[in-house]
Amino acid sequence: MAIRQISVFVENKPGRLAEITGYLAEGGVSIRAFSIADTTDFGILRLIVSDTQKAAEVLKAAGVAVSITEVVGISIPDITGAFAKVVKVLADAGENVEYAYAFLTPEAGHAYVIVRVDDNAVATAVLQENGIAVIDESSIL
Amino acid sequence: MFFQKEIETMSRKQIEEIQLERLKYTVNYCYTHVPFYKKKLDDAGVSPDQIKTLDDIRRIPPTTKADLRDNYPFGLFAVPMKEIVRIHASSGTTGKPTVVGYTKHDLDMWSDCMARLCAAAGATADDIVQISFGYGMFTGALGLHYGLEKLGCAVVPNSSGNTEKALMYMRDFKTTALVATPSYALYMAETAKSLDYPMSDYHLRLGLFGSEGCTPEMRTQIENGWGLFATDNYGMSELMGPGVSGECTERCGLHINEDYFLAEIIDPNTLEVLGEGETGEVLITTLTKEGIPLLRYRTRDISRIVYEPCKCGRTFARMDKIKGRSDDMLKIRGVNVFPSQIESVLVGMDKVSPHYQLIVRREGFADTLEIQVELSDTSLLESFGKIQELQNKIKHNVHTVLGIQCKVSIVEPNTIERFVGKAKRVVDLRNQ
Repeated sequence: MAIRQISVFVENKPGRLAEITGYLAEGGVSIRAFSIADTTDFGILRLIVSDTQKAAEVLKAAGVAVSITEVVGISIPDITGAFAKVVKVLADAGENVEYAYAFLTPEAGHAYVIVRVDDNAVATAVLQENGIAVIDESSIL
Repeated sequence: MFFQKEIETMSRKQIEEIQLERLKYTVNYCYTHVPFYKKKLDDAGVSPDQIKTLDDIRRIPPTTKADLRDNYPFGLFAVPMKEIVRIHASSGTTGKPTVVGYTKHDLDMWSDCMARLCAAAGATADDIVQISFGYGMFTGALGLHYGLEKLGCAVVPNSSGNTEKALMYMRDFKTTALVATPSYALYMAETAKSLDYPMSDYHLRLGLFGSEGCTPEMRTQIENGWGLFATDNYGMSELMGPGVSGECTERCGLHINEDYFLAEIIDPNTLEVLGEGETGEVLITTLTKEGIPLLRYRTRDISRIVYEPCKCGRTFARMDKIKGRSDDMLKIRGVNVFPSQIESVLVGMDKVSPHYQLIVRREGFADTLEIQVELSDTSLLESFGKIQELQNKIKHNVHTVLGIQCKVSIVEPNTIERFVGKAKRVVDLRNQ
């Protein structure tokens, strides 16, 4: 059920992000979703891509620090309060959201949300119990 | 294992007798053969016949690297060029190279010194030894080369650079011992792991490392990387090259070849001679050198000396691993900081690589220290929190060791320069 995500260490220097995404392009890897968060020295780029294994290989070959993690993907309707319900369900189950990012697909009328929680299995179960659709990689790749 | 057991196990009394006899000879030899020393001793009001005990050496002013440079290239040679059979120069890590010359006798004594240290470290005639120091003007490679040959080892003069080819020879020859700088040995291990050959294709059992400092933690990493027993040896081109001192298999200090070198420890600021076990700058007087004898040479290396005989049976005094350099010593907000201290903090952590760089700046009136270190454990990318935790832990440990605050920057793997020769760890931007 879980979705594999690639985390990439990016030093804060001009052009570094362009280099890293360039490696992916050269490797024929398509980016489906991403988020980047930074401090003053470095950032962590998180990606959901068309071919996780390939992406990790091309980045490692280029000397980039990467790790692969499993995260939870959720599909929610594009309506007010939908995401609030997700986090409430997770909070009630005692699951911390370390980070989350979302992308809208207006034509389909819903949004996909990627969340990183303490325990994927617990989160998946409580979300499903509350009628929230948890998606797998095939729905977004 | 001993190369010259009788000499290496003399009593303290015998050692001191030989040292005094040779010291008297050397002071007189310098006075009569080197105009620089005649002037230095005359200016200090010291005549060679005033040297009656080993302590009388304190009357002689120290010799510095600047003295060698001022007399570049051959001004301090004590013999005419027809007696000189070899010329070397320092690696010039700090300024212009210093040039040294050797007579046939000097080379013979040098290879004896080196053979003793290699035997003490555990090398035998059965070993195949690859020398991965750069050959050339640098004394390191040829010093080990002649000493190991004298001991009967099979020497592979591979030199430094072209690491993959060096690793191929190591696999194909079943090389058993490696001569390199510690940082290059570590780099070679990293490179070996990145190739398609299992580590079981390598047969290294012994490392003879030198030319730069190596903390116990870094040594552990090299030993784990290669599965070898690592030893440290010490010297410098001005004094001869490697061969001044080295570790035996007990690894409780570096035995000084005291019949050829008289070592003292001084306070680098006051030049006052310190007692046994006290930490300060190492001063060395060469006792038999003909080409370029030096009196009380300031090595700038910080260590301490103990005279108690070693478990290995050797009676030669032992110096600690070099703790730092008196001119490398950084003064940050009034605190003496040796890069080796920071290295020991970093190498003790498994989440960062042992490659690092220190950047010292002056912001306003305060000095700041930034430590750049490479991330090696990518599982930390899970969360900023984990990386910040690591940064805080390094900061805390540096504070515990040094008592100063620093900034820790985590950088991408393999972005800090690897050094084949001596590592340049410090970037001091305070005077820019």
